[in-house]
Amino acid sequence: MIKLENVQKKYQDGYVALKEVNLECNSGEITVFIGPSGCGKTTTMKLINRLIQPSAGKVYVNGKDVSHIDPVELRRGIGYVIQSVGLFPHMNIANNIAVVPRLLNWEEERIAKRVDELLSVVGLDPETYRSRYPSELSGGQQQRVGVARALAAEPSVILMDEPFSALDPISREQLQDELIRLQKDIKKTIIFVTHDMDEALKIADKIVLMKDGAVVQQGTPEEILRHPANDFVKEFIGAKRLKQVQEIPTAEEVMIRKAVTAYPTRGLAASIKIMESRKVDSLIVVNENDKLLGYITIYDVLNQFKDENKRVGDIVKPFTHTVMPNTLLTQVIDIVDEYKLAYVPVVSENNTLLGLVTRGSLVGHMSDIYPSNGIGV
Amino acid sequence: MEKYAQVFVERWHDLYSALIEHIILSASAVLLGCLVAIPLGTFLAKTSIGWIRSLSFTIANIFQTIPSLALLAILIPLLGIGTTPAILALFLYSLMPILQNTYSGFQSIDPGIIEAAKAVGYSSSQRLFKIELPLAIRYIMSGVRLTTVYIISWATLATVIGAGGLGELIVGGLSVYDKPLIFASAVLAMVLALVVDFVLSLFEKKLTKRENSKQNFA
Repeated sequence: MIKLENVQKKYQDGYVALKEVNLECNSGEITVFIGPSGCGKTTTMKLINRLIQPSAGKVYVNGKDVSHIDPVELRRGIGYVIQSVGLFPHMNIANNIAVVPRLLNWEEERIAKRVDELLSVVGLDPETYRSRYPSELSGGQQQRVGVARALAAEPSVILMDEPFSALDPISREQLQDELIRLQKDIKKTIIFVTHDMDEALKIADKIVLMKDGAVVQQGTPEEILRHPANDFVKEFIGAKRLKQVQEIPTAEEVMIRKAVTAYPTRGLAASIKIMESRKVDSLIVVNENDKLLGYITIYDVLNQFKDENKRVGDIVKPFTHTVMPNTLLTQVIDIVDEYKLAYVPVVSENNTLLGLVTRGSLVGHMSDIYPSNGIGV
Repeated sequence: MEKYAQVFVERWHDLYSALIEHIILSASAVLLGCLVAIPLGTFLAKTSIGWIRSLSFTIANIFQTIPSLALLAILIPLLGIGTTPAILALFLYSLMPILQNTYSGFQSIDPGIIEAAKAVGYSSSQRLFKIELPLAIRYIMSGVRLTTVYIISWATLATVIGAGGLGELIVGGLSVYDKPLIFASAVLAMVLALVVDFVLSLFEKKLTKRENSKQNFA
């Protein structure tokens, strides 16, 4: 776990980079620092491996105060990936990845094995790439090597400073996906700095939003999207994304419009015929003006079937719950769930039946907003 | 025409000893220059104290602008005549180009590489010898090559303060108007410069071999 307590950073020229930062990054999670440029996100990250010293406050890595650890030792135990990749151009790929294990005096045999293993992990064929030089690789491949170098000595903490920002969109997507996949296995404590909200929402377990050297809000992507702390956060997230999350559909958008109905004057035998032909087990009862009266079920009809004089109107039961067309879907779901309803009628203010929200229509709506895109199907 | 060829045979003994003197004179000056300018350039590239940097470059620049004949003359009252003041003068000339190239070599390193080297846990001396020097060496070597060629040609002037070398034969030849001797000495100085340049270029290639093997597949 990484913990920053009352951390401040003031430069000699009086510039205050960090005002007072308190935050925690959980072990085995990806914590994303995000904010506009100059907000102090990179500064905050560099405090962790002591590339920058705080003016005040404490930084703890796995419970230890880093100011008591020799910076060179500390850094060998923390992986580091930067935007400009920073591979050493005079060393081949294998030697670049082997840098930290060599500094830690691993045996050559173990290093060679680890290099091949890591090249496979980041999706590069060891045979092909081991002895190439960084300049022979594309930007995306170079950053894969950068990630491999950071993982080489199995650090528990990895710092990533806008690692994918300089890549083309396709490589960026790929590397993001692979980071998520990789993290499932390796479960490192990752600090990831970015200015790209889409990237943050995609990979973060926790987002720390910063502005002007202070933390504005921290929480899971879901929390931040649902409860942005202030206008700055809202603006930074962007109206479009907020709308996607916060614009909850209404009952009207989800309901089916063609409910199977019957008038109260219908006979019971006729109503069974309707149920049979429409393959339903109940009918919504409305009058000639489509005003909602109630419902009948197949069981009610069969119970009273012997009495030939009875009509639908005699056995109709009123609805205990109805919703308005503008009722939010979340409330509809609550009602359906709480009272174990198979469906709930949607009525206008003057009690005219407009449609039904059924369990089937809810599932249909969900498949519209969460398209599978072929994943897992 | 025959005379021009014969002089190499007849005067070979003189030419040979002058050539050796010339090599010693130039090599000493360049080596001294390297010993001073490369560490100094490294320091200047790394120091954050601005005025030391500008002061050093100004001083090195001033030496560079003094006409060589004048500099040699100035050194006579200070160090007398002979090889030592000549080497000193040539050394002063070698400072600026080596210093400048060393400094540029370090400046040319991508700051991302330096940051990465720090962050993976190289100590500052490991960083210097394993990362920064290997990356700056191409610049440093080209500075050394350039300087050496200059110094070999300027060393012919050092004869005016009795430093010997091929310059002595040229000046001697001038005084008795021995054109073949002047010609032979000048040719030897030229050939020396060309050969040394070639040898140093091979050395430079060897040092930067791994970097030169770059091919861009990207």
